[in-house]
Amino acid sequence: MENTNTTSFALKLAAVALGMFGFGFAMVPLYDVICDITGLNGKTGDQVVARDDAIDTSREIKVQFIANNNAGMSWEFRPTVRTMTVHPGASYRTDFFARNPTARLMTAQAVPSVTPYYASRYLHKTECFCFEQQQLANGESIDMPLHFVVDRDVPEDVTTLTLAYTLFDVTEQVDVAQVRLNGLN
Amino acid sequence: MSAVIEHDHHEDHHHGPDKGLMRWVLTTNHKDIGTLYLWFSFIMFLTGGVFALVIRAELFQPGLQIVEPEFFIQMTTMHGLIMVFGAVMPAFVGLANWLVPMMVGAPDMALPRMNNFSFWILPFAFSMLLATFFMEGGAPNFGWTFYAPLSTEYAPPTVTFFIFGVHLMGASSIMGSINIIVTILNMRAPGLKLMQMPLFVWTWLITAYLLLAVMPVLAGVVTMMLMDIHFATAFFDAGGGGDPVLFQHVFWFFGHPEVYIMILPAFGIVSAIIPTFARKRLFGYASMVYATSAIAFLSFIVWAHHMFTAGIPITGELYFMYATMLIAIPTGVKVFNWVATMWKGSMTFETPMLFSVAFVILFTIGGLSGLMLAIVPADFQYHDTYFVVAHFHYVLVPGAVFSIMAAVYYWLPKWTGNMYNEALGKTHFWLSFVGVNITFFPQHFTGLAGMPRRIPDYALQFADYNMISSCGAFLFGFSQILFLFIILQTIQDDKKATNQVWESAHGLEWTLPSPAPYHSFSTPPKNLQEAHG
Repeated sequence: MENTNTTSFALKLAAVALGMFGFGFAMVPLYDVICDITGLNGKTGDQVVARDDAIDTSREIKVQFIANNNAGMSWEFRPTVRTMTVHPGASYRTDFFARNPTARLMTAQAVPSVTPYYASRYLHKTECFCFEQQQLANGESIDMPLHFVVDRDVPEDVTTLTLAYTLFDVTEQVDVAQVRLNGLN
Repeated sequence: MSAVIEHDHHEDHHHGPDKGLMRWVLTTNHKDIGTLYLWFSFIMFLTGGVFALVIRAELFQPGLQIVEPEFFIQMTTMHGLIMVFGAVMPAFVGLANWLVPMMVGAPDMALPRMNNFSFWILPFAFSMLLATFFMEGGAPNFGWTFYAPLSTEYAPPTVTFFIFGVHLMGASSIMGSINIIVTILNMRAPGLKLMQMPLFVWTWLITAYLLLAVMPVLAGVVTMMLMDIHFATAFFDAGGGGDPVLFQHVFWFFGHPEVYIMILPAFGIVSAIIPTFARKRLFGYASMVYATSAIAFLSFIVWAHHMFTAGIPITGELYFMYATMLIAIPTGVKVFNWVATMWKGSMTFETPMLFSVAFVILFTIGGLSGLMLAIVPADFQYHDTYFVVAHFHYVLVPGAVFSIMAAVYYWLPKWTGNMYNEALGKTHFWLSFVGVNITFFPQHFTGLAGMPRRIPDYALQFADYNMISSCGAFLFGFSQILFLFIILQTIQDDKKATNQVWESAHGLEWTLPSPAPYHSFSTPPKNLQEAHG
């Protein structure tokens, strides 16, 4: 009867389905952007360049450091200092200790999380071990530096900030990527 | 009127169905394909039901008696997957295949060959999914919601079969929904306006659009899982820069509309049945159409109410709470319309009507517990408890499943040409009704007291309610054998049904002979007064 009409209509609907398949993937960067703006997932931002800011000596904020191992991760991992009292605007340095007690070379990635989540936007890192993967040979240990500034604009109700790192074993993923790379050469 | 129809019928007589098995494999006839879908979904319903009975048998007493915890969680996962994707969804697609062309006065579905294809990939999809039971690592064990990283990093190796199974089901659903949309919008009998269509057609049109919008997102999320597992991407792997919470957002963006996909056609079914047995026109036809559209729209903007405990900001919690509660308004419109249709009607209670009235009452109970779950602070207590289990089983079993049973009893005489045994039908209803309530009502209490879902063992204080619940489950489960018997008996019987079947049924399908001829409406019907009920 109206066959061409039917076919073209069905094709249009199929295009909608294809578009929604793409939309599913578009939700990935969309989610990242929304998290960046709101700090929703408690992640801190990328590396920032240190700037000379006036130090707000009238406020003191307690910063707590927590180190966790993800399930199956066997490294020793702990902050060298558990809490610091800081002034907004001032730059500080602390270290996290990590040791690989296993008999093999391993690669780890630390992932940060800040509580309360809305304060994560105000914790700036000028240097962090979490920006890159850590590789330790068997028995090797390391003090990993973290340089940070708490922004002067941090909301008044934030008196304590908790910065937690979870250490993930990414040895296998790195190996896979390495094999890929070698395969390409 | 009937003379015109008889005439059509005679012209069609010489195009009968092919003989033998190949009739079913090669068929492009909407009635054959509808039958295939319905039988397939019934087999899946029994399969998923057996899984449910394994769960309830284990939970009959506290402690571990019958199955290992590893197998128990495979049972809860597969029960959910089979019931959602194998039983409820194909049953509605089967009903759409049988009924939509007859209701809009079309000779067949718009794309008959694609129709054949969308059915025949389903048995392959589910064979693949069920075959995982016999593979190393066992069946999927991460819950029907398959949250990452349970379904990626910690999944059994069979997860890849699950992923491809979901891809196939998704392809089937998308093709089915395209077919239904094109049929409804392009193939209506000339002169049949949209606002004259029966509500079953309306609700399916809206459902088909929902399917088209969200099944590809489901395909997307399982594709991301596939890449995380096999191609070293890190969509959901925090160690690689991904985020497991992202999985929940993408999944529930599919998952919440999916919930309405499983209930909107049910609304259409009871909107057809209640007027027939109340012997009144449906109250508020237009408001029913608008309410259905409103529910469909709202389903896209409430997904995070499944994730209140995953850590979302207070503004997000408030928004998703209020948006969710908003859904109660169009749903309330529908419930009140059904009640108003029954109000002062000359009601009789044949089996389809019994199932429909039970639907209205029990679906409302399930809807109200849904409102309780929408309250953020309360949800922190209810989350992942048996209260949630009770809630969604109330909307899915006496909701979706009862509506499908109502539809089968209501249209079975039109499909087979024979009347079913009313006494047995009523027995089936009462056994199911009592069984469902004994099974799921106590779960509200165990849930409020804090019993978590998907756990094979429980604290002693939950023992009594669980035992009651298990008894109800076995009653409900075994009474479905009676359902099978009634259907087979009706097909075999020669208790001829009239063309009208039900005294005051309205709609084009009732103008056809019983059983409906293999080809109907080869020439479009002229008298469209009958079109909507």
